[in-house]
Amino acid sequence: MQNETYSLCFMCSVRCPIRVVTENGQVKWIEGNPHVPGMEGSLCPRGSAGISLLNDSERLQTPLIRTGPRGSGKWRRAGWDEALDMVGEKLQEIVEKHGGHSVVLGERTNLSTHVSKTFLKAIKSPNHFTHDALCKGSVNTACRSLFGYTDAQLGIDYKNTKHLVLYGRNIFEAIEVKVANAVTEALDKGAKLTYIDPRVSITATKANRYWMIRPGTDLALNYGLIHVILKEQLYDAAYVERWVEGLHELQDFVRPYTPEWAEQETGIPAEEIVDLAREVGKEKPSVVFHMGYRGASHTDEIYLRRSILILNALMGSIEVKGGYFFKKGPGEVGAKPARKLTEQDLPKAEVPRFDKAGTPDFPLPDPNHGVAQMLPFAILNEDPYPIKALISNRFDPLMSIPDNNLTKQALDKLDLIVTIDINFSDIAWYSDVILPESIYLERLDCVQQANGLKPQMFLRKQVIPPRFDTRPASIILKQIAERLGIGQYFPYETMQDLVRWQLDGTGFSLEDFDKKGFVAYTDKQIFWDRKDGIKFKTPSKKIELVSSLLENAGFESFPVYKSKVSPQDKFRLTMGRCALHTHVSTQNNPYLSEIVPENLLWINTRRASELGITDGALVEVASSRGAGKIKAYVTDFIHPETVFMLHGFGHEAQAATRCFNKGVSDSLLLENISDKVGGSPALHDTFVTVRCA
Amino acid sequence: MSTYYLFQDAKKCIGCHSCEVACKSNKNLPVGPKICQIVTVGPKFVGKLPKTSYTFMPCFHCENPWCVAACPTGAMQKRPKDGIVFVDENLCVGCKTCMSACPWGAPQWNPETGKVVKCDHCKDRVDVGLKPACVTVCTTHCLHFGKPEEVPQVRRERYAKAMSALD
Repeated sequence: MQNETYSLCFMCSVRCPIRVVTENGQVKWIEGNPHVPGMEGSLCPRGSAGISLLNDSERLQTPLIRTGPRGSGKWRRAGWDEALDMVGEKLQEIVEKHGGHSVVLGERTNLSTHVSKTFLKAIKSPNHFTHDALCKGSVNTACRSLFGYTDAQLGIDYKNTKHLVLYGRNIFEAIEVKVANAVTEALDKGAKLTYIDPRVSITATKANRYWMIRPGTDLALNYGLIHVILKEQLYDAAYVERWVEGLHELQDFVRPYTPEWAEQETGIPAEEIVDLAREVGKEKPSVVFHMGYRGASHTDEIYLRRSILILNALMGSIEVKGGYFFKKGPGEVGAKPARKLTEQDLPKAEVPRFDKAGTPDFPLPDPNHGVAQMLPFAILNEDPYPIKALISNRFDPLMSIPDNNLTKQALDKLDLIVTIDINFSDIAWYSDVILPESIYLERLDCVQQANGLKPQMFLRKQVIPPRFDTRPASIILKQIAERLGIGQYFPYETMQDLVRWQLDGTGFSLEDFDKKGFVAYTDKQIFWDRKDGIKFKTPSKKIELVSSLLENAGFESFPVYKSKVSPQDKFRLTMGRCALHTHVSTQNNPYLSEIVPENLLWINTRRASELGITDGALVEVASSRGAGKIKAYVTDFIHPETVFMLHGFGHEAQAATRCFNKGVSDSLLLENISDKVGGSPALHDTFVTVRCA
Repeated sequence: MSTYYLFQDAKKCIGCHSCEVACKSNKNLPVGPKICQIVTVGPKFVGKLPKTSYTFMPCFHCENPWCVAACPTGAMQKRPKDGIVFVDENLCVGCKTCMSACPWGAPQWNPETGKVVKCDHCKDRVDVGLKPACVTVCTTHCLHFGKPEEVPQVRRERYAKAMSALD
């Protein structure tokens, strides 16, 4: 018998709506939810590999307890009670001896994040962190500095834009299905695409204008663009007059940054910079300078992200059709969002966070996400206090935090490492106890509050029973909590109980999701009135080019540009994504590893020839932190000053046989350095040497 | 030729390989055979712009399929009602003659069964009114399937729009 279930994908964290068909209890077919505009059946390759994940026998299948040294790969299978008792007892001991704050929980932001946050709050630990800082901490801070909102509260109306400017935002490889389709539709209707990247990605091959910019100099390009836009008065004067604070300061600041100056720094001809400024000046306000998805490249990252957002402010493209919009929640129509466990009356932590986010030492990063890359330093230096236990929930610090060797040294100091995951990730391999999670097709998940032009809610529904002895993370954490005597904060036995508790008061029921997989609070798009209705959350209620957030914390709004220098005999290491893999989590998937089994080192033809490196040759790539061997991809389609590799390869967990030891992990090479204002790590500020291996 | 037309709007294709993965998943194939495949050629600079060709390579379902003629057991067949060329696994003995005969490499080897597999336009799906797996999930809807007269004339319309002088 055939059954269909509407649910949400989780092959990456975008949460594309899906429709799943089962036959006699087996998953036979997954496609994009046909009822959702922009999906209509579509799935990216990772989404299409969902059944391949479900059937993968290398998935984690039962709780495991380590029997040899950490990382030795010696395990014994355990029942849930034994594994949970062991974790509970050790955590109890640590909390009693060192305080709840000595426990850290890191995760990729997910639908049950409110459960993990509640768990930590209940033991009085402020130390919940997400991977977000590693990805876009400085984009978040840049947005707050200008609008008073985080980047997650902004959306883009791609479909109606007239010109999309992408700074390495690789829309057609780092795929969000709805976005890829909306951009495709816009291009088909005649929108222009300007793509700026030292490397020719697939997105570059779809652009109307491509600039192979000198790596690291996007900020100089933007100052050149702003210079022209202000000098020639190409901006949206009415919008700027109404909503923008600090135009004169900006004018004074960009005066020396002429297009000719920008040409020297970026390698992009001055007249082409002027052309782009004049083009968008005509197309405004339906113009998007994309703020970036990952914004974690340089130590001055926040100023790059601010400059992009300032270009949008000048175009008047904030809160407009074909530009940016603020995501509207159910409150806009007088309705209520789903409840979160964090809304309960929970104990207050009495110490600062491990990463010091929100304190005078590190004032601006968003404490809701924390600063993941500070973890090794906090553990090693016991600063601000000793950390004793790490719970890693679907997040791999070893492959995601720069400087893998440093992270390992830090992990070695911990009394307890627990991993909740679906695969043998490197952190699972390095853990003391592994608690296996059911994959997205095997569990009901917490409600997704999908704010946007039309506020909606989506649900990840269970399609089939778990194939193995696995549980949802929300249940696992509750069961640990019970062993710590804090079970009262988790008022549910099953995921159904939890979802019903969340939906209470929203006016919707669990069954309302059966028909299409989502519920909508309204069927009309909500835009705020551009004349008087934009609710900026800055102190001035305007877009603050001169930012009170920055200045009150002792940082400049417009620091002088520092030229980017590349050592002659080295390369700036850059990394990115392809359509076949998600971060560090899909490299062992049978179908995905078949198509992209390893990463290659992209290197410019001329530089390669100087080094005697031929296409396909094995090379050693080395930094101050580590070295690895990888195959060279010799090409004209990358700038001579940089080498590039896909993120997520070089796995060390031997049990993941398809990806073990394939390619090199960037985390092995990267220095753990950060944008100390915005909070992102500077993932493109490490230099490497390359030689024949 | 089959009575169907599978059209790839190459301008929209982003070479993501979702078609390949969905095809394999739908047919429950092991690592190895690729019933359809995106073959990437490029990039190459055309003027100042980098361009890459992403070519979708399924089976062409020939009018006079050499694979069918070559098959000694009658496993490779052309369906009379619509011209879909498919292989009946029960009759295939794994001799690979069809693989040698096909000029485009459409028949693929399944190492698990020791037999040939190939694109059959997902005839089981088509027979119940659905589109082939590759077309259904295509990330950017660049694949179209239908009768030749029904498939949208996207190229003609796009050209006309580009030529229009109304702006």
